[in-house]
Amino acid sequence: MYRYDEFDARFVRERTEQFRFQVERRLKGELTEDQFKPLRLMNGLYLQLHAYMLRIAVPYGTLSARQFRKLAEIARKYDKGYGHFTTRQNMQFNWPALKDVPDILGELATVEMHCIQTSGNCIRNVTADHFAGAAADEIEDPRPVAELIRQWSSLHPEFSFLPRKFKIAVIAAREDRAALRYHDAAVEIVKNAEGRTGYRVWVGGGMGRTPYLGYVVGDFVEKPDLLGFLEAIMRVYNENGRRDNLFKARIKILAHSLGETEMRERVLREFKEIKAAGYLQVPEAERARIAAYFAPPEFETLTDEPLPTDGDLGRWIANNVAPHKQPGYAIATISLKPIGGVPGDINADQLDGVAQLMDDFGLTEIRASHEQNLVLPHVRQKDLPAVFARLTALGLATPNAGLITDIICCPGLDYCDLANARSIPIAQEIAKRFADLERQEDIGELKIKMSGCINACGHHHAGHIGILGVDKKGVEYYQLLLGGSAAEDASIGEIMGPGFGEHEIVDAVDRVVEAYRKLRQPGERFLDTYRRLGMEPFKNVAYGEQLHAAH
Amino acid sequence: MVQMLTANRLIDGRVLYWKEGGWVETLEDAERFTDTAAAEAALTAAKDFVARNLVVNPYLFEIKDGRPVKEREIIRAAGPSVRTDLGKQADHV
Ligand code: HEM
Ligand code: SF4
Repeated sequence: MYRYDEFDARFVRERTEQFRFQVERRLKGELTEDQFKPLRLMNGLYLQLHAYMLRIAVPYGTLSARQFRKLAEIARKYDKGYGHFTTRQNMQFNWPALKDVPDILGELATVEMHCIQTSGNCIRNVTADHFAGAAADEIEDPRPVAELIRQWSSLHPEFSFLPRKFKIAVIAAREDRAALRYHDAAVEIVKNAEGRTGYRVWVGGGMGRTPYLGYVVGDFVEKPDLLGFLEAIMRVYNENGRRDNLFKARIKILAHSLGETEMRERVLREFKEIKAAGYLQVPEAERARIAAYFAPPEFETLTDEPLPTDGDLGRWIANNVAPHKQPGYAIATISLKPIGGVPGDINADQLDGVAQLMDDFGLTEIRASHEQNLVLPHVRQKDLPAVFARLTALGLATPNAGLITDIICCPGLDYCDLANARSIPIAQEIAKRFADLERQEDIGELKIKMSGCINACGHHHAGHIGILGVDKKGVEYYQLLLGGSAAEDASIGEIMGPGFGEHEIVDAVDRVVEAYRKLRQPGERFLDTYRRLGMEPFKNVAYGEQLHAAH
Repeated sequence: MVQMLTANRLIDGRVLYWKEGGWVETLEDAERFTDTAAAEAALTAAKDFVARNLVVNPYLFEIKDGRPVKEREIIRAAGPSVRTDLGKQADHV
């Protein structure tokens, strides 16, 4: 996995010391809150409802056992024994004290971790397919490209003060596991007709108040040209992005007000200028140097075996294990969605337990997924029963990956200062309602995603069923959206109508799901049935008695 | 209208409530203002604590029937509703 070079290590050390000094000055009163706030945000430190919250970057979601142990240690020593994985493949601690944060950053630096670029109007932590390097359907590992972008963007002075934050994702498979089209920009590694590998570049996606799907601005960007091309996009954005209005400052607004044709032209024009001026080409050697850091572990020569299908193990394998590109290996998803638990939360003992499991089974890395789960990318198939047994003991063997109880959920009003409504308790109630595994498996792939406010941290626009918490005169209400997707068949969910009360929303979801079970044709997922039939049949049942009461 | 005054402590971010010229940690112990002028005066006094870098973000919120009107303040006063073992509510048991 990627190791810091000298430069990175020094940079992180310096930033930590710089922040230590800034915290000291703040506590002594030499900096006011107005002066200090942007500095703390640059280091991933927010002030939430109950306390500060520290957001730690996990580039492309890749972590080692050593890093897991360090996170466990920090959770115990400086927090309340647990952390939270987010939809941006980051980890958040909910209770750190300001005075301790410099020490936490120092601890993180010892395992090559930091909180830089987790906040502010910069190019944020680059995300990638969480099956990178393992997926049977990938062209190549997307992480070297993500890393290249990270290095290029980390310190680029031109990009530290963008009109607004900028999020980039990279994938290399046909199946989109990284919500590509919901990113400000995205790179899809593709092969052209001649079989050459290059990049399809997307721009203009985003969620929040005004959701948009990105579109293609570069059909096939040659490998050495990537950074030049991205630079062209950033320049168009920097020059034309709306700095006057926070709500209109994201590139999605620019991209969709200019339109696809005009945006393409401007980017190409800028790219030509960059080229003419002599531009940053990434030599093959440099790309190879970075790629070497992501070299796969030395796979043993194994053959695929029939996997167990019986009992709890069989169930877990059927739902949580995906095919690997290497014979005899498998990808295992560790669900962080126990029925009735807090989606994405993990405690210190579990972090340590997973680290131990990794060491014992020779697993050098683990991934955090944007679906708030963990992924063991390279498990020997023959180890699956033992890995499952270990996970069971740790309370991490919930066999629900991709099913209706595998809910993406933001912290909402239980933690978040910006929230309008709670989201976690609703996710918990839905999970309990659908706890029966047979019913879940019968329902099949159904992605519920929930946010506690319009900022959409919980991707509600992209849920097959999305739920958005709103505040109606001081009371929590929940809007239902249907038909969103963050996958290769991306779409933006449509709002059904008036919101549901806290005690109505779970019933509404239940009725919608039951309608699907009645209306579906063979092989149809919920999303397919919705796309075939539209909102009407679902809306007709969702409100149940309530609708009659309201009329 | 009954109001209370809250802020976060600078050093660790913890939620604080105003009581007679200073801060306490729980809502139950805090001062209730039935008089808007008194509430505003407390808010002005709280700004001095901001200037002295002891708290951040002081503001008034409304109370009805002994409880904050907004869910947000109920949760701030207690802790996460999904983790009753944490936050101020945990100290009450
Ligand atoms: C609890 C503290 C948090 C705060 C204060 C916060 C704040 C925000 C804000 C203000 C935005 C909208 C920005 C914009 O559209 O320009 C946003 C977007 C986003 N947040 Fe959070 N967030 C928090 C936690 C989280 C968590 C826990 C997750 C993951 C579960 C998350 C994931 C995201 C994502 C994916 C977006 C992108 C939506 C987009 O594309 O516009 N955030 N956040
Ligand atoms: S969606 Fe809103 S409530 Fe949820 S974490 Fe983001 S800002 Fe907070």
